[in-house]
Amino acid sequence: MSTIIYIPNDSAAISIGADQVAALVAQEAVKRSLDVTIVRNGTRGALWLETLVEVVTPQGRIAYGPVQPEDVSSLFDADFLHGGAHPLALGVTDQIAWFAGQDRVTYKRVGLIDPLSLKEYESHGGLVGLRKAITQSGSDIVAEVTASGLRGRGGAGFPAGIKWKTVLDAQADQKYVCCNADEGDSGTFADRILIEADPFTLIEGMAIAAVAVGATQGFVYLRSEYPTAIRRLRDAIAIAEGAGVLGTSVLGSKHAFNLEVRVGAGSYVCGEETAMLESLEGKRGVIRSKPPLPAIAGLFGKPTIINNVLTLASVPAVIADGAAAYAARGTGRSLGTQVFQLAGNIARGGIIETAFGVTLETLVNTFGGGTLSGKPLRAIQIGGPLGAYFNSSQLGVSMDYESLAAAGGMLGHGGVVLFDDSVDLAQQAKFAMEFCALESCGKCTPCRLGSTRGAETIEKIISGVDVPANKLLLLDLCEVMTDGSLCAMGGLTPLPVKSAMNNFPEDFTGGAKK
Amino acid sequence: MSFPSWSIEEATRVLSPLKNVQGPVLIALQAVQERFGYVHEDAVGLIAETFNVSRADVHGVLTYYHDLRTAPAPARCIQICVAEACQAVGSRELVAAVEKKLGKKIDETHADVEIKAAYCFGNCALSPAAMVDGELVGRATVEKVTA
Ligand SMILES: Cc1cc2nc3c(=O)[nH]c(=O)nc-3n(C[C@H](O)[C@H](O)[C@H](O)COP(=O)(O)O)c2cc1C
Ligand code: SF4
Ligand code: FES
Repeated sequence: MSTIIYIPNDSAAISIGADQVAALVAQEAVKRSLDVTIVRNGTRGALWLETLVEVVTPQGRIAYGPVQPEDVSSLFDADFLHGGAHPLALGVTDQIAWFAGQDRVTYKRVGLIDPLSLKEYESHGGLVGLRKAITQSGSDIVAEVTASGLRGRGGAGFPAGIKWKTVLDAQADQKYVCCNADEGDSGTFADRILIEADPFTLIEGMAIAAVAVGATQGFVYLRSEYPTAIRRLRDAIAIAEGAGVLGTSVLGSKHAFNLEVRVGAGSYVCGEETAMLESLEGKRGVIRSKPPLPAIAGLFGKPTIINNVLTLASVPAVIADGAAAYAARGTGRSLGTQVFQLAGNIARGGIIETAFGVTLETLVNTFGGGTLSGKPLRAIQIGGPLGAYFNSSQLGVSMDYESLAAAGGMLGHGGVVLFDDSVDLAQQAKFAMEFCALESCGKCTPCRLGSTRGAETIEKIISGVDVPANKLLLLDLCEVMTDGSLCAMGGLTPLPVKSAMNNFPEDFTGGAKK
Repeated sequence: MSFPSWSIEEATRVLSPLKNVQGPVLIALQAVQERFGYVHEDAVGLIAETFNVSRADVHGVLTYYHDLRTAPAPARCIQICVAEACQAVGSRELVAAVEKKLGKKIDETHADVEIKAAYCFGNCALSPAAMVDGELVGRATVEKVTA
């Protein structure tokens, strides 16, 4: 009998050698006349263990990692095909504490299957939600999503059900479902991994949204920095069309739904939903003023659902298992699970999906193992380039929308980036302003010009020029940007800047650090 | 990476399957760039004509997006992520070292090799990240990206 070996085809795993490992495993097996079947699964999210090689045994999937190309022949020598002992042996994958401590809902299948096997997708619970949805009325589906408490995972945290209801109630000859897969936030990669590892979940979630509100066309706006995800999603869409999951009759129902991937062109601000619509329409990605809401007049002026990848990918589980099961997780108004991403200077980086309300401490230390460098942790940026910098005395904060806001930050897309004590927060604040200047769509002056002024002012503080006066000027600039910006690009850039000043005042005293 | 030199006939062929696309301008520019490695100035008029939009509109889109380039693509392109998670593990130092080794500054235009700043490849747990001629590199080092 052929032994099944899983070796990820995730782009991050490939970036550190997964393809070489797979090729060498195949070669060695031939050389040793061993009967193996290599399945290229998605990553299981433990990027610190990549390349994670798993062997299917009677005890379950046994993990070895991180495997370097040069380890392959010794794995065979150790009889890893039967779970043999080896310095890289990690035991049964599901029992590794890092995985066992998680609660995977949205990421239920991620890393378990061949991403493009619709058969495996179904045998792991796929399409249950969509099959149910096509028997339900639009308002029943929307009510279920509303009851689950699911909120937008792209950053703003708006309740998904309420948005869907607006689109459902809008009268129009054409409606759209658009998935925001721009994932511009640094320190985040959960959209990418989901698309690469389990693309049918996103397709299913979008199809459920379409069935619910009566949309017949969908678009996924996927950033150009993710070539592997683009290819994989396009392949998955073709397979889903061939199998009748997409097309003129979704799973044999009266609903039609077609899906197209459109690729971004390297603009961060195009992740903002109205700029994304402009870009999808082929124009400059400039922010639109609201109202009208995209739910009323969105893509090509038609009612449009816009949701993040993780929001849409959570929907199949919500419909399949019911709103109550989803809402039983989490805390306060932050219900369900969040797919956190541990990044930067971190020993055990990757995907942690858990119920809202886990502490930052648990994420950073229990899961993350502290810094990669082994030096003291000094700063944590949560929520991407527009998110706040916390210091190491703030690890007690509960990771949910409300608690983070109360602590002066925001959850954003769930990215958690660690910095050790070599970080200079004045430099980080300056970068936040420079990034805003680079990415501003140009519509409002405070964002366009204030950010450039802001970066210059921080540079003066760093060089020790008129420090007290320049700090006041910087705070003024921040206030003008917060109050005078049309969107969160200019409006939230002051968050990393001011949090850096508040939580690390010692870095803003003039005179370069060290 | 090598691309064919600009030809209006070839560009016309590249654009013809896009005739029925809704909102075609960005997709058309991307298709031209994918074929030729950059957007030749004559492509602006061609796209305007093909899709019945103004040249100013096409030009506006062309200049808005960081990905789109009007100079021929370099033989080799090293994109280095300079965003926060990569900064946390030394991307600033990596950029400086690559600049020094190649004797070129980041974000300059060159025919042989360009170093370009990028803002996140979604490889932030294996930072620093880079992309060399379209191949993602994790735990990037000067050796890896200039190999
Ligand atoms: C500057 C800026 C960038 C954004 N980038 C993204 C992004 O990359 N992905 C995303 O899903 N949402 C992004 N958003 C949030 C979107 O505007 C919008 O709230 C979201 O796509 C709605 O989907 P959700 O409700 O499912 O989160 C961004 C917002 C701003 C202001
Ligand atoms: S805040 Fe900045 S990005 Fe947002 S609309 Fe204004 S200028 Fe554009
Ligand atoms: S911040 Fe560099 S890859 Fe994400």
